[in-house]
Amino acid sequence: MFYREAGDYKTSYPEDSQTFPIKFDRIRYYAVLAVAFGIIPFFINDYWANAVFVPFLIYAIAAIGLNILVGYCGQVSLGTGGFMAVGAYAVYKLMTAFPEVSILIHVLLAGGITAGVGVIFGLPSLRIKGFYLAVATLAAQFFLVWLFNKVPWFYNYSASGQISAPERDILGVIITGPNTTAAAKYLFCALILLALAWLARNLTRGSVGRKWMAIRDMDIAAEIIGVNPLTAKLSAFAISSFFIGVAGALFFAVYLGAAEVGESFGIQKSFLILFMVIIGGLGSIFGSLAGAAFLVLLPVFLKNVLVGMLGWPTDLAAHIELLIIGGLIIVFLIAEPHGIAQLWRLAKEKLRLWPFPH
Amino acid sequence: MPDTFFYATEVMLNGLMAGVMYSLVALGFVLIFKASGIFNYAQGVLALFAALTLVGLQDGQIPFSHVINAIFGTDLHNFGWTLPAVVAIALTAVVMVGMAILIERYILKHLVNQEPIILFMATIGLAYFLEGLGDVMWGSDIKKLDVGLPQGISETIETATYNWFGYGFFIDKLDIVAALVAAALVIALTLFSQYTKYGRALRAVADDHQAALSVGISLRFIWVLVWSIAGFVALVAGIMWGSKSGVQFSLSLIALKALPVLMLGGFTSIPGAIVGGLIIGMGEKLFEFSIGPMIGGATENWFAYVLALLFLVFRPQGLFGEKIIERV
Amino acid sequence: MKMKFTALVAAAMMAAAPALADLVVPNLSYRTGPYAPGGVPYADGFQDYFTLLNERDGGIGGEKIVVPECETAYNTEKGVECYEATKGTGALAYNPLSTGITYQLIPKVTADGSSLYTPGYGRTSAANGKVFSNVFNYPANYWTAASVAVNYLLSENGGDLKGKKIALVYHNSAYGKEPIRTLEELSKKHGFELVQLPVEHPGQEQKSQWLQIRREKPDNVIMYGWGVMNAVAIQEAANIKYPMDQFIGIWWSGAEHDVLPAGDGANGYKSLTMHGTGMDYPVYADLKKYVADAGKGAGAGDQVGTVLYSRGMYAAMVIAEALRNAQAIAGTSAVNAAQVRDGFETLEITEARMAEIGLPDFGQAFKSTCEDHGGPGMARIQQWDATAKKWNLISGWIEPDMDVIQPLIMEDSEAFAAENNIEPRCN
Repeated sequence: MFYREAGDYKTSYPEDSQTFPIKFDRIRYYAVLAVAFGIIPFFINDYWANAVFVPFLIYAIAAIGLNILVGYCGQVSLGTGGFMAVGAYAVYKLMTAFPEVSILIHVLLAGGITAGVGVIFGLPSLRIKGFYLAVATLAAQFFLVWLFNKVPWFYNYSASGQISAPERDILGVIITGPNTTAAAKYLFCALILLALAWLARNLTRGSVGRKWMAIRDMDIAAEIIGVNPLTAKLSAFAISSFFIGVAGALFFAVYLGAAEVGESFGIQKSFLILFMVIIGGLGSIFGSLAGAAFLVLLPVFLKNVLVGMLGWPTDLAAHIELLIIGGLIIVFLIAEPHGIAQLWRLAKEKLRLWPFPH
Repeated sequence: MPDTFFYATEVMLNGLMAGVMYSLVALGFVLIFKASGIFNYAQGVLALFAALTLVGLQDGQIPFSHVINAIFGTDLHNFGWTLPAVVAIALTAVVMVGMAILIERYILKHLVNQEPIILFMATIGLAYFLEGLGDVMWGSDIKKLDVGLPQGISETIETATYNWFGYGFFIDKLDIVAALVAAALVIALTLFSQYTKYGRALRAVADDHQAALSVGISLRFIWVLVWSIAGFVALVAGIMWGSKSGVQFSLSLIALKALPVLMLGGFTSIPGAIVGGLIIGMGEKLFEFSIGPMIGGATENWFAYVLALLFLVFRPQGLFGEKIIERV
Repeated sequence: MKMKFTALVAAAMMAAAPALADLVVPNLSYRTGPYAPGGVPYADGFQDYFTLLNERDGGIGGEKIVVPECETAYNTEKGVECYEATKGTGALAYNPLSTGITYQLIPKVTADGSSLYTPGYGRTSAANGKVFSNVFNYPANYWTAASVAVNYLLSENGGDLKGKKIALVYHNSAYGKEPIRTLEELSKKHGFELVQLPVEHPGQEQKSQWLQIRREKPDNVIMYGWGVMNAVAIQEAANIKYPMDQFIGIWWSGAEHDVLPAGDGANGYKSLTMHGTGMDYPVYADLKKYVADAGKGAGAGDQVGTVLYSRGMYAAMVIAEALRNAQAIAGTSAVNAAQVRDGFETLEITEARMAEIGLPDFGQAFKSTCEDHGGPGMARIQQWDATAKKWNLISGWIEPDMDVIQPLIMEDSEAFAAENNIEPRCN
């Protein structure tokens, strides 16, 4: 009824090719932005920021990054944790070496450095495919973690190899360190997510994205029609790693405040983010957000219900939590292998016909 | 310097032995990948679960006692019996078969014809589930697994080599047992797949699902069969690794050691899993021995992957994998 | 869905929030994950001691102690979540039993004014109270442990380690790397050769390390391990027939579950400890009477008396004493976080006080000051008896070499202060 193309006439090309062609979608999009930037910052407290929103926003950035690689370009990667570590250590070195420069620039530079590293580890993708590539990217994962653990220069020769984020600000607003307000943390991450999601959405709609998808669907065919697999695959690795590097930088500097490479950026992180991408939906920006939300919120939610409300012992609750998450993932995959994004698409399809489905 | 040479040889031999241990885990992956195209991430957790069940049965631990105690306020821990190792192993094997049936019925059946990555994710979900289940059933404390396998340095080899070369080689008895078991397992699997009806059916399915279906082979039965065998292989791996380090959560992480073996040997080849394991085991130990001290050690975790990666650059399907033929 | 979730969480937070007058000491424990075998007994001991105080004495100074437990699984992100979830409830002190989580909480507790108590783990240079105002790691830390181990070896070898070879087998993480600097300094000072052997997490496979030890035949092996790494290392040492009495673990490598899997092979293995071992202390009678027999024990109740249970109990005891001290200084029983911090800072535990508590000669006497949050750093040596399946204390309190450690602490803490613009206190 209210969700339809009919009657929504486009009179210019820009209008015709806009991101949200349906009016209702546009309104919804602006409403979400209004809530995210106009309402939540005024009500957010430390618990909600640190336990729910900030991790969600950061994981969402990483998930979008990985989705570009896996969902759009079809190159399965399990090196996400390692690339996040590159971002984290890059931002740490930059923060301590150039304290007077704005943290925003450091975060973006960290993303750039990660992009470079990503391209190097993306080179084998030109020859290796499928699960072989997935396992090959694990080489990046383990090697990078080992490197950051081993070379003292990366952690400024501190005794234990832990890195801690010092206090830094943008225009006088503290962004990192313990004195950051919940709202500042949240807004900083939310703005970066918004900018990067916008970038990703437009990249994937344009010629770059189409090349990626051609490679994903069948790389030999793509090559024949004139897509250069070298540039397409490596650009996907570079841009994906940029996103993941930014996420890693934020993860360390804004969210955790201190990190140890093996613990914070281990192989579990790679799997977790791949999960987000697949549960959310391959090849969908919205899916990345939904997947991140699902996997960040679910454990917190289950914990609060099982321990806080039902008063179960914490260990039992933690075990049951694993059972439930594992079970839900399977149920989800069986019910809808294409992820939450597909459910969303189906719902929109229904809405388009509602209330007269025939 | 002959001493260094002998030491290098010793390191190499031990690397080969360690490689056998990796192969044991890798075998389970290969079996399932071959028959159903599923990259079964849960293989490591299956090994953990099997080992936990084995120890629990052996010691007569009451499953879910922790939950029961928490809900009813009882104080149950043990049935108060101890089973002989052989009986416990047999019972655990039965449990693993039951598990295979459940997995087929509740997961795989619903995911037929999905993309490989979806199936891969499903097995990760399964891994989480089994991890939680294992903990809830048997508790998360470290357990000693003792099925009577010998352990420690083999003095016979040490004295013999000392008499021959003037340098006593260190070989762990458990590793020798593991090598024998692995050899027996591979021979048994080969005989089974070559000479029995079900084995042939298994190979048919591995070759071509649809053709196998059309000649009347029940895909579902084959899947149950292959997951049961993989469960059994996981049990063997669990016993070997569990005897070495006790049974606890970290046991599930041995899957990570098996992945480079798979890459190198190829996902679809049983001999590949063995040869890959040997190459990886030997390679990482020798690298740690020769280059490790120069760059700070602890290289084993990543070197295995880098080695496999180098192999893949030259042979993208692994050493023994089926050649990838691409058509437009 | 979102609304419902919010409502649920809000309800959960309300349910979890204790009455404000109580003393809240959250227990950030881990009973799951790869390090659960170590985390479970520690958490049980921590919990049980506070239960004992509540049941026997009605709390501290008439105030009940509330110990909300939060599962971290040794995971830093969950640690953050736990910290944020508990800090609104008036939490006074944290004890996360994880070096990684400690590093994260250091700036947070300093900003929020609560205290972090990390006995024998965490950031060693936090012993410098001038820089780390809210962090306390007495009575001993990673660096003093390394020095105590070397001093013990010195006394075994007639005061001379020249030309000896000592191998360090360590968990290749922030925790395991801690003692390297100290040992390097000590090796210069005493003239022994240090061989470093890192073991990658989780430490299931240590063949190359132990082959190297078999070949190089170091006179002693010192181990900094945690989790499954300990059990595997002890097993491998037994396999290569390394003399067990020359093998010394830090206190995190000296629990029952580390040696039991190796069976008889582990006989004679030594480890450091910062407290007494076994159950021959009067407090255990009370624990049995008021906690275990009353059915109020934490966890499954099968860990009572183990090494890590005792350590959890010891940490709880120190925190309880700090709370008591804070009450005495503040003159009120309902102390707040700032007063508890002062309680930690001026805490003195004497042998007489330990005996009063029911733990005579259990821990070392120490006194904290504004500058020194690290304590004397002494430790004892215990040895495993595989036939009796128990640890025996085989030495008295051994002092560390503070001449070597103090400059290292100053250097590391000053680097931290410079990086974070912290003004030294206590002037």
